[in-house]
Amino acid sequence: MIKHDIVIIGGGPAGLAAAAAAKKAGAQDILILERDGRLGGILNQCIHNGFGLHTFGEELTGPEYAARYIKQVEEMGIPYQLNTMVLHISAEKVITAVSREEGLVRIQAKAVILAMGCRERPRGALNIPGYRPAGIYSAGTAQRLMNMEGYSVGKEVVILGSGDIGLIMARRMTLEGAKVKVVAELMPYSGGLKRNIVQCLDDYGIPLKLSHTVVEIQGKERVTGIVLAKVGADRKPIPGTEEYYSCDTLLLSVGLIPENELTKEMGISMSPVTSGPQVSSQLETSVEGVFACGNVLHVHDLVDYVSEEAALAGENAVEYMTAEHEGEKADPVVLKAENGVRYTVPQFLDVKNMKDKVTVRFRVADVYRDRFISVYYDHKRVVHRKKRVLAPGEMEQIVIKKESLADCPDLKNIIICTEVD
Amino acid sequence: MEVRELICIGCPLGCPLTVTRDGDTIEVKGNTCQKGADYGRKEVVNPTRIVTSTVRVEGGELPLVSVKTASDIPKGKIFQCMEEIRGITVKAPVRIGDVIIKGCAGTEVPVIATKDVKAVG
Repeated sequence: MIKHDIVIIGGGPAGLAAAAAAKKAGAQDILILERDGRLGGILNQCIHNGFGLHTFGEELTGPEYAARYIKQVEEMGIPYQLNTMVLHISAEKVITAVSREEGLVRIQAKAVILAMGCRERPRGALNIPGYRPAGIYSAGTAQRLMNMEGYSVGKEVVILGSGDIGLIMARRMTLEGAKVKVVAELMPYSGGLKRNIVQCLDDYGIPLKLSHTVVEIQGKERVTGIVLAKVGADRKPIPGTEEYYSCDTLLLSVGLIPENELTKEMGISMSPVTSGPQVSSQLETSVEGVFACGNVLHVHDLVDYVSEEAALAGENAVEYMTAEHEGEKADPVVLKAENGVRYTVPQFLDVKNMKDKVTVRFRVADVYRDRFISVYYDHKRVVHRKKRVLAPGEMEQIVIKKESLADCPDLKNIIICTEVD
Repeated sequence: MEVRELICIGCPLGCPLTVTRDGDTIEVKGNTCQKGADYGRKEVVNPTRIVTSTVRVEGGELPLVSVKTASDIPKGKIFQCMEEIRGITVKAPVRIGDVIIKGCAGTEVPVIATKDVKAVG
């Protein structure tokens, strides 16, 4: 069996940043496994700009952002295998992968970094009645067809869901001469970034209909039209509000799901809220020596934060390999999301081994105005920060400093919540 | 006098702005910080955008290469820029930063490649 110290599953933004950071931290033997034909992951098809403001202080397109990390990985001489699909990882960190060049291989890793990213929620998850005609695409599929493979996707378009990829595609298709008639969003607020609503919809006069959904798809061979209806507070269509739109294309931008089949097969504890693994402050999963980062852990809005998180996973994997493994682990402090906070990542704090500070990322459950973000160490409130607006589409973060925990040796829970006050 | 209703994109707050232009006098209302004032003014006086698209490649590992305007161009010239980009085919190899169009839509701003595409065959 082939042996490697650190094997990284996925060569997208998370895998690349994890690899570069692990190498910088002293790792000698890293291997990246990527199922696509080139490194960079989804960034290769995200040809729009707006990436890298936090990381590089300039606005890059997706391929340019990826190229910066690919260059680092290549200059450091970190090996990678393309067109290689990982089929299974055992709890003992034996990876089974298949590729045309190597056939079926098994690799024993000392540490594994999960960086598989996410995939789009498909039509089948939405229960829209109607035939299955051509012309229905998830927004990311349409993006790949247009931006990587050079196909024209459609001429008259309706988009369901106001996630960022849907918004970006509304602009992209308009620029390529298509008529985007409307973007419908089931929720009373958009799941996308404000910047994208203004620059992708408002700039081109594309209407955004909140609290609306598709109730019917017409057409047998190809989509010929769809019917939109307004939804009530229960998110159910209101009879009598139906509106017909003729179109040949329906794009779905209705959410992303972390791609965790491999993770689940390893028996790793999952979070039902993020659909990603539960991790400690070291980004270590419930299986020792297996780390997770990027969209496989939880879906991010900004790639800059993916890179930051992944770099930490890379460093921690190196630390794991070099550290002495003592038998008994101290009980971790549990991070709890309450009152309007949907989840936190990480979910546990390993106080003994944590770095000087840990960034905790979270999302809120609804749009809130003039609320406080509060952090409690058990019953003691330690952070109380006013936010003028909080939205589910914009990830929030707080930083927990190790020194702030010194006074609380018996700490059990850290609670992150919103408060009206 | 011209009155425009805008949403500020400076931060997640998304302040609703009302920008009034009367000759050289521009007034921004509804903003809660300087970023909003600057944004409102720019959007009325000289709104600009970076345009991104793709160009066909011959003999490359990919059929397309992604491109962008090297800096922002006037918003009113976006579609003219797209027309020019659509008419172009380049030969592989293409490197990030290669100039695809010297000056687009009557501006000095070049259109440049944003991806490496290796030559094959």
